[in-house]
Amino acid sequence: MEADITLRVDGEDRKVTVDTRTTLLDALRDRLGVTAPKKGCDHGQCGSCTVLVDGRRVVSCLSLAVARDGAEVTTAAGLADADGPHPVQRAFVANDALQCGFCTPGQVCSAVGVLAEVKAGWPSAVTEGDAAPELTDAEVRERMSGNLCRCGAYPGIVAAIREVGA
Amino acid sequence: MKPFAYRRATDARSAVATVATDPDAAFLAGGTNLVDHLKLGVASPSLLVDVSDLAADLVEHLPDGGLRIGAGTRNSDLAAHPVVRAHYPLLSEALLSGASGQLRNAATTAGNLLQRTRCGYFRDATAPCNKREPGSGCPAVEGHNRHHAILGASPDCVATHPSDLAAAMVALDATAVVLGPDGERRVPIGGLYRLPGDDPTRDTVLAHGELITAVELPAPFGGRARYRKVRDRASFAFALVSVAAAVRMHDGVVEDLRLVFGGLAHRPWRAAHAEDALRGSAPTEVALRAAADAELLDARTLSGNGFKVPLARNTLVSVLRELTDVAAEPEDDA
Repeated sequence: MEADITLRVDGEDRKVTVDTRTTLLDALRDRLGVTAPKKGCDHGQCGSCTVLVDGRRVVSCLSLAVARDGAEVTTAAGLADADGPHPVQRAFVANDALQCGFCTPGQVCSAVGVLAEVKAGWPSAVTEGDAAPELTDAEVRERMSGNLCRCGAYPGIVAAIREVGA
Repeated sequence: MKPFAYRRATDARSAVATVATDPDAAFLAGGTNLVDHLKLGVASPSLLVDVSDLAADLVEHLPDGGLRIGAGTRNSDLAAHPVVRAHYPLLSEALLSGASGQLRNAATTAGNLLQRTRCGYFRDATAPCNKREPGSGCPAVEGHNRHHAILGASPDCVATHPSDLAAAMVALDATAVVLGPDGERRVPIGGLYRLPGDDPTRDTVLAHGELITAVELPAPFGGRARYRKVRDRASFAFALVSVAAAVRMHDGVVEDLRLVFGGLAHRPWRAAHAEDALRGSAPTEVALRAAADAELLDARTLSGNGFKVPLARNTLVSVLRELTDVAAEPEDDA
């Protein structure tokens, strides 16, 4: 069964007719040609498909496109502005936070989400007490646990996110 | 994936009426469990009724000092809510110990409570499974059962309930507000979940088409509380064993307490024997161990999960030490 939906993807309204079974990830990649989010596990376990939906980081593989009709979706390709790449993207480059790069668009979107969550004062499992969370190594690792990197670039990823969050 | 129709519900009553009259219909909220099951072939509804727009994401104070949590409240919002952090920290700890940041941003309160077991055979549509396909058998009894139940299991099903939130909700004495075709009813979360018995297809006492619209917490229990989760890696993994505990002390005596195990059974396991052993007594290391042992007396292990008995015992004792200020003592093996 088909549905007509509109997604605002990286600042641009995109109308598309999707089968109701289409995930947001497949709609972005296969129907709209937005290939920044990657299909890794396709079961919400690796984080490579992470995008920001209405400003919140989610895995696009476990979201049905039809259920996101009208949503604002930001992928790693839409993070840049007129000044160039997003500060998180620049920090990933500066800190060697990638090797093959497959997980990087998801890592970057997730990191942008993490920074907003920390700014909003959201606690994590390793936050002690009621104080505002600080982006320690332990906080970054806990908050980024939904993004796997098979190349093992974690030290650089942690350093990059701490640098932007400092 | 089987084709399905999709409808966005605008009011709860008509959503319930639609799903209740169609055995192949299902509710959709955050989708983090259901969409996975659609892909795996574990679930194959012909109609999805999306309840995301029902404005059920409010957290409100109740006149009796309790809290009403809308069923659609996202896990991350609930965990970060100032009132929850201040007065129900157990809930916040349990939520933050589960899943990943991305999943908590999508998953809802009721969806978390109604998530299904992570048993590998249940999730493998090519394997027999009495929960997915009644009468087909349970390969976990003789197979890979490291994560499986040691309490309350049946020959037909040894699956565990995976929710951290559920264990905390039982410890907090929460109540689910449930809308059905004949109106609203209230189900204590402690009575929401079933043991598998000879019908493991049903995880809860809810009928098809019943919708959890809110969860209500009584006024804070007081005292101290803790959610501790033991798992194979430090983050983003399901519990091997977890303990949700709340203890209220008075003059060195346990005035009241609530103890719940996660990861050990088909439902969050209220450790009533352990509670009874400790209520009204002055806790000592020996008493804490005896209470844990009393609860685990009926444990039945499988080939791969015998480690859960000492792990559950030690985790419970360790949490209770922390909450009652009992100093650890070396165990006498004699």
